[in-house]
Amino acid sequence: MPKVPLWDLPELPKNQLPPHLHLQKTRVFCNNDAPTHTENIHYSGAYAALGIDNSLRLDEFKKNFKVKVIKLNEDDMEFDLIGIDASIANAFRRILISELPTMAIEKVLVANSSSVVQDEVLAQRLGLIPIRVDPRLFDYMSENDVPNEKNSIVFKLHYKCERGSGERRTVYSHDLKWLPFGSEYVLPTETSSDSTSKPKTYTSFTSSQDSLLEFSNNPITVTPGIIISKLGPGQEIELEAHAVKGLGKTHAKWSPVATSWYRMLPEVILLQDIEDDDAQKLVKKCPVNVFDIEDIGKGRKRATVARPRSCTLCRECIREPGWEEKVALRRVKDHFIFTIESTGALPPEVLFTEAVKILEDKCERVITELS
Amino acid sequence: MGVIEDSAMLDDSLQGSEGIDKQFLAAPVKSAVDKFQLLPEFLKVRGLVKQHLESFNYFVRTEIKKIVRANDLVTSRFDPSVYLRYKDVWIGKPSVVVDGVTDSLTPQKCRLSDMTYAAPIFVNIEYCNGSHGHNTHPQFKKDVVIGRMPIMLRSSSCVLYGKDEDELAKLGECPLDPGGYFVVKGNEKVILIQEQLSKNRIIIDTDKKGCIQASVMSSTEMTKSKTIIRMEKEKVYLVLNAFTSKVPIMLVMKAMGMETDQEVVQMLGRDPQYATLLLPSIEDCASIGIYTQQQALDFLEKKRKKSMSRFGKDEGALGVLRDIFIPNIRVRDNNFHLKCVYVVVMLRRMMDAILNKDAMDDKDYIGNKRLELSGQLLALLFEDLFKSMNDQLKFNVDKILAKPSRSSRFDVSQHLLKDSITVGLERSLSTGNWDVSRFKMHRKGMTQIVTRLSFIGAFGSMTKISPQFEKSRKVSGPRALQPSQWGMLCPCDTPEGEACGLVKNLALMTHVTTDEEEGPIISLCTCFGVEDLSLLSGEELHSPSSYLIILNGLILGKHRRPQRFAKVMRELRRAGKVGDFVSIYVNEKQRCVYIASDGGRVCRPLVIADNGISRIKEHHMRELKDGVRNFDSFLREGLIEYLDVNEENNALIALYEGEATHETTHIEIEPFTILGACAGLIPFPHHNQSPRNTYQCAMGKQAMGNIAYNQLCRMDTLIYLLVYPQRPLLTTRTIELVGYDKLGAGQNATVAVMSYSGYDIEDAIVMNKSSLDRGFGRCIVMKKISAAFQKYDNTSDQFSSPRRSQHDAEKTQILDNDGLASPGEIIRHQDIYFQKECPVDPKGSMKSHPSQTPYRTSKQTYKGAEGETAVVDRVALCSDKRNNLTVKFMVRHTRRPEVGDKFSSRHGQKGVCGTIVQQEDFPFSERGICPDLIMNPHGFPSRMTVGKMIELLGSKAGVSCGRFHYGSAFGEPSGHADKVEDISETLVKHGFCYNGKDFLYSGITGMPLQAYIFMGPIYYQKLKHMVLDKMHARGMGPRQLITRQPTEGRSRNGGLRVGEMERDCLIAYGTSNLIYERLMISSDPFEVQVCRKCGLLGYINYQSKTRVCSTCKNGDNISSMKLPYACKLLFQELQSMNIVPRLTLAD
Repeated sequence: MPKVPLWDLPELPKNQLPPHLHLQKTRVFCNNDAPTHTENIHYSGAYAALGIDNSLRLDEFKKNFKVKVIKLNEDDMEFDLIGIDASIANAFRRILISELPTMAIEKVLVANSSSVVQDEVLAQRLGLIPIRVDPRLFDYMSENDVPNEKNSIVFKLHYKCERGSGERRTVYSHDLKWLPFGSEYVLPTETSSDSTSKPKTYTSFTSSQDSLLEFSNNPITVTPGIIISKLGPGQEIELEAHAVKGLGKTHAKWSPVATSWYRMLPEVILLQDIEDDDAQKLVKKCPVNVFDIEDIGKGRKRATVARPRSCTLCRECIREPGWEEKVALRRVKDHFIFTIESTGALPPEVLFTEAVKILEDKCERVITELS
Repeated sequence: MGVIEDSAMLDDSLQGSEGIDKQFLAAPVKSAVDKFQLLPEFLKVRGLVKQHLESFNYFVRTEIKKIVRANDLVTSRFDPSVYLRYKDVWIGKPSVVVDGVTDSLTPQKCRLSDMTYAAPIFVNIEYCNGSHGHNTHPQFKKDVVIGRMPIMLRSSSCVLYGKDEDELAKLGECPLDPGGYFVVKGNEKVILIQEQLSKNRIIIDTDKKGCIQASVMSSTEMTKSKTIIRMEKEKVYLVLNAFTSKVPIMLVMKAMGMETDQEVVQMLGRDPQYATLLLPSIEDCASIGIYTQQQALDFLEKKRKKSMSRFGKDEGALGVLRDIFIPNIRVRDNNFHLKCVYVVVMLRRMMDAILNKDAMDDKDYIGNKRLELSGQLLALLFEDLFKSMNDQLKFNVDKILAKPSRSSRFDVSQHLLKDSITVGLERSLSTGNWDVSRFKMHRKGMTQIVTRLSFIGAFGSMTKISPQFEKSRKVSGPRALQPSQWGMLCPCDTPEGEACGLVKNLALMTHVTTDEEEGPIISLCTCFGVEDLSLLSGEELHSPSSYLIILNGLILGKHRRPQRFAKVMRELRRAGKVGDFVSIYVNEKQRCVYIASDGGRVCRPLVIADNGISRIKEHHMRELKDGVRNFDSFLREGLIEYLDVNEENNALIALYEGEATHETTHIEIEPFTILGACAGLIPFPHHNQSPRNTYQCAMGKQAMGNIAYNQLCRMDTLIYLLVYPQRPLLTTRTIELVGYDKLGAGQNATVAVMSYSGYDIEDAIVMNKSSLDRGFGRCIVMKKISAAFQKYDNTSDQFSSPRRSQHDAEKTQILDNDGLASPGEIIRHQDIYFQKECPVDPKGSMKSHPSQTPYRTSKQTYKGAEGETAVVDRVALCSDKRNNLTVKFMVRHTRRPEVGDKFSSRHGQKGVCGTIVQQEDFPFSERGICPDLIMNPHGFPSRMTVGKMIELLGSKAGVSCGRFHYGSAFGEPSGHADKVEDISETLVKHGFCYNGKDFLYSGITGMPLQAYIFMGPIYYQKLKHMVLDKMHARGMGPRQLITRQPTEGRSRNGGLRVGEMERDCLIAYGTSNLIYERLMISSDPFEVQVCRKCGLLGYINYQSKTRVCSTCKNGDNISSMKLPYACKLLFQELQSMNIVPRLTLAD
């Protein structure tokens, strides 16, 4: 490098980071050996020496922040969160997994089970079945609460494999029958003397759930098609399952998402022009077809980055020595491709708004604590 | 495993690789035939524990008849016309006699009701009640039962023999269970394979002083003895137990009729070297002045241990030479020629070893070893019991005949005892003690309970070989891996610690031979030009132009063209004219041809090659696939043969067909068969450091999973089951062959190799809580509790229904009306699960009417951990031996993994769960994959378990392309293991990095991790060691009766001991009060009254409220002080021994 006197150095543009620092600030470099510059720089004075203010400005954020829905159906959702810090995107993800309530079967009263599946295991399996009901319509059941129509849902399962049939039968989740009137099992402490009044059961519903507006023509169901058990000839399962509201923190069965995650937007940059054979090679290397070939006339071909979004970071393109100088794989730090896979209790878009609400609540709590 | 299924699998894999494996298609077409298919076929025909079954079948079919025939006559001493002769013997079908009714038995029935799975031993007898009676004609009786023989499961006498899967299911049996064990009193017992040195073979080695010796362990039906010929200070001696000291060998030769020294030297061979070596011995003999046979015999007579005769008559030194000195060489008509020849051969071999150290025999060489299997061991026991039964019969008959007047009619057949054989066999099997007084055999620990911890553990106990050496000996030789072990014994599967290398396991294809008739082989040998020994002169014995032919240690004669002879014999074997397992071994160094047909040799099948070209062609394998052929037809047609360790030395075995050269005689079937069943579970074991495979072999037996298809019908004392067991994503061929894919013991966990949280040091693993919620690592522990209804003289225990209104209603709520806990009830600590009515006085109630006997209620309470909710799984009622009603409760407890539970991969990498972390805190990949557990990367560099890494890669490729990948040992060249290159290609095709490392985001910060993380599925085993069973702490609790100190051990809720070393630490640290508190206050404080005057202990008289010293007879000088109770006890014990300990008090 030739020696250049300090005063001959070009003036730095004001309020703007030099390009390499800007790149390091906004991109994750996915090198062959390890990703670098993965951390976000939050400190407002991080670039004070350059005369640049690194603090986050609300108006800036408002201007830049964007949400783009890519895909949305009943269960899944993919959307882009642009212009947001990873910690916030991660907070949404964490809340989605563990802090959004749903209803799940917590108590199982087994009246009879002669199947090979042990009662505990059966209960665990039942617990993991997603219930298609809006948890917002229910209350949490605290320790000394009695189960009532506001805090629990009761299902019944009675399935028998007839002895003569000679074949095994499968019990599916859709064999669970919703009991809007609550439990049918009478408490053992109850004496059957007063036949006039209704005997006390394991739940004390004051009214039927299907008389409620929300469920009147919308019965509560569970996700169908999940195998609960298999019964041999003569075997029988008779049980009642009581679902309550809970959080994914306590047990994964209350998590409203199968999983939810994000990835940063891939950015694939060709550092040099890659032409002809190399271009062909590059296109061939990528298993997800990130690259394309364009004609640049005179029978020459050049590689272009056509679908960077589909890059899975297999690093095949930079695996061979020398290619790392030609192709750069990067991730945009403030662009998140967020995916939510709902289990069916709530549609994914509602889940996300709920998550936002919870985060809001949390922030408010912090603010009130502080003030 | 069915073949059809297997071949379908193979097709699958072929189809799956169609797209990818262009290399495979482009490769030149080789003539190599995939011989893998032979393996399932082999195992179908032979089974995995065929050695046990074959040996037992041989015993039942042949040997038992031989034994009975050899001892078939029992004659009275008083009246020779009174006799009983056994005409025939056979074993019936397993059955039991209950109240005179014969009931057929199934193994499952025996397991559940603590019975012995045994079949009656039938005999046909001919007997004569003597001239006393009117009838002197022999009488006949058929189908007389003389006892019950425990039956090995799946043997030819077993009801399960030849049953298919449905029939087995009807009998309550698991079709994948290999059999090969016995059910004795409800316990599954396997007779361990015993390893021993070959019998009747000359072994040249050195004794403790370094003297070279030739020894023969002789074993005949009559005797067992050890003969040693030793070179000591240049002189050769015979060492024999029957003589008080060593005897010069020349003297023995003279005693055997070889009076001239020249004859001996001539026999030894022309070479003057041998004569020189023998010269000092000859001189020695001459110096004592013994020249004739008679002189020698007289000399020996003096040396002979008296009262040695166990054969009734004492026949002097000649008798010793005939019956105890190398008794395997029979002497006919006092012609000792053969014995002389044998001695000379021993001498010659010994001298060879002196002249050339290479000629020494290796005791650890597998070819010099024999494996004793259950059939042989049972035969030994049966013979002894049968003989003693006959002795007893004779004794009883004689006792009756000795009486001068007999009132009743006498019948010999009535005196046959049934119980002695039954009881003897049963006792030996259940205790494992083999006591055969005739052979001075007292062996312990011969049987073992089949470990039913995991499916593979059961296999392990069936292939285990227990050593002859005691384990404490510090020798490395027998423990080292023997090259001759190749293909016969598993190189990996051996325990750690004291039994390391001594306890071995059979490899997958090993077969252990059974005895075969020698007669036909001898006559065949003579047909093919073996010159009889008795016709040869001494000089010809070691003539250089011909070889000795030795059959099972017996010198048959000489042959001039040994190679040709061996070839002919082998051709005969391949043609099926001689038994498949007869081995022909030409030892050029010793100039001998060894033919072996004895039992206990290990051998294995190999493909025969002619001039390096395999005899198995493509069309053979096709026919096998079509079911036209089976393994036996391969044997019959001479495509495959069994080679034992010795004959392997004559063969040149190519590992693969492609590597065969012109000299190659045999080709391996599959290289991974050198491993056993346990080591066969490990994927890519050839990439691991070898001890890791050994560790896994031990750990695989502790892994939880499915035990058997009938696991939920079993009533074992302890069963560990996994709730959701899986089949490994990365399988091996062995896994499919043994059925581990159907009865797996582990789960495919997605593992991220990274460090996380600091709770993962020292191999600890971090687990994902959501995975645990969803059922990962969940297990069921079932324990059996028994209770019995006793029968007394005329009363018995009775059912009692619990009274609900009692004060303990809380505890009795799980009881049914019959006083037994009902299945499905949750059982808690201190709950009563069994309640019965016992007579208050079981003995004294003779007079009173049964209805008037007073009863009291007896209860059994459940002792489980507090807060643990176990469930009564099953309740079974059965009757035991004495017809008492026994109730068995299976109590089930489902556990989810917790911190401290032990897990292990299949590569000897065990670790405990260090912490359990919420899913949201776990890292996640670009595809949203979140690992089930995190393993610290420091586990890799020092362990060097590369196989585990390849397993991860292969499983990852497997889940992404939907095909099970393979990782059989040494399987890459034959296509039974996927190559890393191919796996990487598959990974790339599905968008993963070729090296299996993923770009992960931290679940805590949300930012990408600064490294790519090696992540993918690995098969993890949950081991039986769980904190719940081990954790223990106590505050106040039980104390020992005598010392009043806290009890010891977790089971007794004992205290944690502050031991000597801990005490030392506390002393050094100076915390005297802590020591005082630990050793006294919290242990056994006791207040004593000490008399200041006499220093002895006094007491408080509570009536007069005074303190008294019983020695001084007053209470004037009494002080009270604190003392450990143990100290007070010591004083009193000393006093009882007339030692007076006196305390001198100071303040």
